[in-house]
Amino acid sequence: MSTNDQPAAPAKPVLAQPAAPGKPAAPSDQTAIIAKRWRAKRGSLIMALHEVQETYGYVPRDVALKLAPQIGVPVARIYEVLTFYNYFKTSAPGKFVVSVCTGTACHLKGSGDILANFSAQLGCKEGESTTDKLWHLQGVRCIGCCGIAPAVIVNGKVFGKLKPADVGDVIDKVLTADAAAAKV
Amino acid sequence: MITATINGNVVEIPEGTSILDAAKRLAIKIPVLCKHPDLDHTAACGICVVRNKSNGRMLRACCTPVEAGMDLLTHDPEIVGVRRTILELMMSKHPNECLTCGRSGDCELQTLCQDFGIRREELPNITPDLPKDCSTGTIELDPRKCISCGRCVQVCQDKQNVWALSFLDRGIDTRIATAGDIPLNESPCVSCGQCSAHCPTGAIVEHDESGIVWDKLQDPDAICVVQIAPAVRVAIGEAFGFAPGANLTGKTYAALRQMGFKYVFDTNFGADLTILEEASEFVERFANGKGELPLITSCCPAWVDFMEKYHSDMIGHFSSCKSPHEMVGALAKTYFCERNNLDPKKVFMVSIMPCTAKKMEIKRNEDMASSGMQDVDVSLTTRELARMIKQAGIDFAWIPESQPDHLLGAYSGAGTIFGATGGVMEAALRTAVHMVTGEKLGKVEFEATRGLKGIKEATLNVAGHEVRIAIAHGLGNVEMVVNKVREAKAKGEPLPYHFIEVMACPGGCVGGGGQPYGVTDEVRLARAKGLYSEDTAGVWRNSHENPYIQELYRTYLDKPLSEKSHHLLHTHYKVRPTYQR
Repeated sequence: MSTNDQPAAPAKPVLAQPAAPGKPAAPSDQTAIIAKRWRAKRGSLIMALHEVQETYGYVPRDVALKLAPQIGVPVARIYEVLTFYNYFKTSAPGKFVVSVCTGTACHLKGSGDILANFSAQLGCKEGESTTDKLWHLQGVRCIGCCGIAPAVIVNGKVFGKLKPADVGDVIDKVLTADAAAAKV
Repeated sequence: MITATINGNVVEIPEGTSILDAAKRLAIKIPVLCKHPDLDHTAACGICVVRNKSNGRMLRACCTPVEAGMDLLTHDPEIVGVRRTILELMMSKHPNECLTCGRSGDCELQTLCQDFGIRREELPNITPDLPKDCSTGTIELDPRKCISCGRCVQVCQDKQNVWALSFLDRGIDTRIATAGDIPLNESPCVSCGQCSAHCPTGAIVEHDESGIVWDKLQDPDAICVVQIAPAVRVAIGEAFGFAPGANLTGKTYAALRQMGFKYVFDTNFGADLTILEEASEFVERFANGKGELPLITSCCPAWVDFMEKYHSDMIGHFSSCKSPHEMVGALAKTYFCERNNLDPKKVFMVSIMPCTAKKMEIKRNEDMASSGMQDVDVSLTTRELARMIKQAGIDFAWIPESQPDHLLGAYSGAGTIFGATGGVMEAALRTAVHMVTGEKLGKVEFEATRGLKGIKEATLNVAGHEVRIAIAHGLGNVEMVVNKVREAKAKGEPLPYHFIEVMACPGGCVGGGGQPYGVTDEVRLARAKGLYSEDTAGVWRNSHENPYIQELYRTYLDKPLSEKSHHLLHTHYKVRPTYQR
C-alpha cells in the first residue's frame, strides 16, 4: 500500500544492530563491499539488492541482516522491497531459473498456457523450485522482448515466439546445452 | 486563512487544512478508517471520499487540502454508495467473526458497518488463510483481520522506530508481518502495544489473560492481591462513559475488592519507592561520582527492551531500579507476607497496567523472581480490567469508593504523576533536592518536565547545582537524545544531560498500549491532567514524605540502595539481538 509506493528512499537513522549470537558468519567481505558501494547514495537499496542477488542467486537472510545496518536501512524495509518486487528471491532458486514473461504483450500471446505447461512438466508451481532444486519457475513482468512474445528466459538465454507445445523442447534444449557444457 | 464551502456552509481555515479537518469544524463527520490524528495520512482506505461540486470529481478528504473557494459536498447518495462499496470490499477480505473478536463492540470497521446498516455479505469472502501470531504473550497479531490501513506499520516504523512490523507483498496479497515472516518474539518488537492502540480492527489486540485471574479468584487456596498503575485510574472510566482524565482510583479499588481480591495495593506506592532508590542512584552518580552519567530511567519495559536491542551501549547509564509494579510484586511476597503471617506461595499477584509490555516484563529475567517465586504473576491491561468489571456485573458508575491496603498502597503525588511523560523526572528531582539539601522544597513543580513536546530539554537549578535533563516519549524520539550523549562521550565534551527519562508510549503511560481505545493528544492531555490534579490535591507531594515508605525502610529495607534493596528492587540488563534469526 502507500508505504510501498516509494520503497527505496529510506530516511531513517542507522540503527545499531548487535550480531545475533550463535549465527554462522555471513560472507561478510562480499556484503561489506556491496554495502560500501551503495550506502552513500540515497535511494539505492534496490541496486544493492540487485547486486546481492547477482552474487548469490537470491537474497539470503543472513546477508540481508548484515546489509541492513551497513547501508542504514532497517531489515523490515529491505523485506518490504524484496517481497514487493517479484524479481527478488529470498530462498535459493533451482539451477535453471525459468522466467516466463507475463507482461501485457506476452499475456495476450498466451504466456498463461506456457507457464501452466512448464508447471505441469517440471512438477512445481509458479514461484517455487522443484524438489531436486534443479528447476525454479517464476512468472516475471515485462522483460522487454515484446517483439518475440510470448517469451521465456532460462538462465539468461531468451526463447521467443513460443507455443505451449514448445515447452518440452525448451526443457530439452536447456538440459542438452548443460550436458554439453559439462563435457567441455 | 482561506474560505471554502462544505455542504453549503462557509468555513474559514488556515491554508493547508485537509478537507477532513475542515469538515470537523462544521460538525460534519466524514468516515475514515486509515487516517489517525496521531499519524500522517496514507489515503489507503478511500472511505473518506467527498465531491468537489465545481467539477463533480471525488476527492479523498484525509489527504486533500482545502483550496480557497472550494465548494464541497460530503454526503450524497452516490458518495454514500461508494463508501458502502468500500466497506463491502473490506468485508469480503475480513473474517466474519465479530462475536469472538477482541475488538467487538469497540471496532472502527464494525461501527461503520453498523452505521451503514450493512446486513449481509454482498461479495464472496476471500479472506486469506494466514496464521495468528501469539508468540510474544503480550500482543496478538491476526493478519486476516487487517484492512491494510497502515496505521500499525506507521506507528511501529516512524513513531516508535522499532521496525518490527512491515507490509509484505503487494496488491491483494499485502499483509502485515515481520521481515521474513518470523514470529514477533524473534523480531525487534518491544511489545509497546502502540500498534494495538492504533489498529482500527481486531488485527492486533492485547493477549487476554483475564481467564487465569478469574480461575485464581475462585481458588480457595489462593490469596489474590492486586495493584493498579498510576495511568489506569484516569483512563478506566472511559470504558464506562466517564470523560478521559476522570480520576476513579477509589471506584477501581472497590471494584477489585468486589471481584474477590483480598488485598488491594497501588503501584503508586511502588513509584514512590522507585523514586527513593532512583533519586539515591542519581545523587550517588551526580554528587559522589559513583557510576556513569547521564542516568537513564528504567521504569518502562518497552524502553528497556528497546535499549537492550538497539542502544545496548547505554546499559551502563541505565538505572538498575526495577519498575514500580515489580517492586510492589517483590514486596507483596516478602515484606507484606512477613508482616501479615501469610504464605507467599499462596499469594497471587496481579498488576493492572496501561501497558502490554508489562506482560513480557514480569518474566524478563531471574530478577523478576526476587521473592523466590515470580513476583508478579499476571499483568493485565486497563482494557482487560474494564471487561472484567463488566463481567462481574459491577455498576462502575455507582459503586462507592474504597481505600487501598496502605502498607503497599499509600502514595504521594509524586508517585501519581509517574503515569505522564516527565512525571518520573519531576518526582525524582523533588526527592533528589531533598537528599542533597535536607530541606523541604518550597515549590515542588518542575514545569519544564510537563507537556507533550516529543523531547523536553531543560537546565535546572537543583540545590545550587546545574542539572541538565532530557525527557523523551515515543521511542522515535530516543535516537536524538542518546546520540547527543554518544557524541559528547566520543569527543570528550561535557555531557549534554545528567538525567534522561524515557517512556516508550507517546504521552507516557497515560497513552499506553493497553489503555482504552481512541487515544489522541487531547485524550493524553486530559488523562495527564487527571494525574497532576491528584498530585496538587494530595497531602504528600514528595515520595520521601510517604510515611509507609519511611516505615518500609525503617523496619525492613534499612536504606535506599541497601543490600536488601538491591536484592528485591534492582535488576540488570543485557545485550539482546534485534533479530533472533
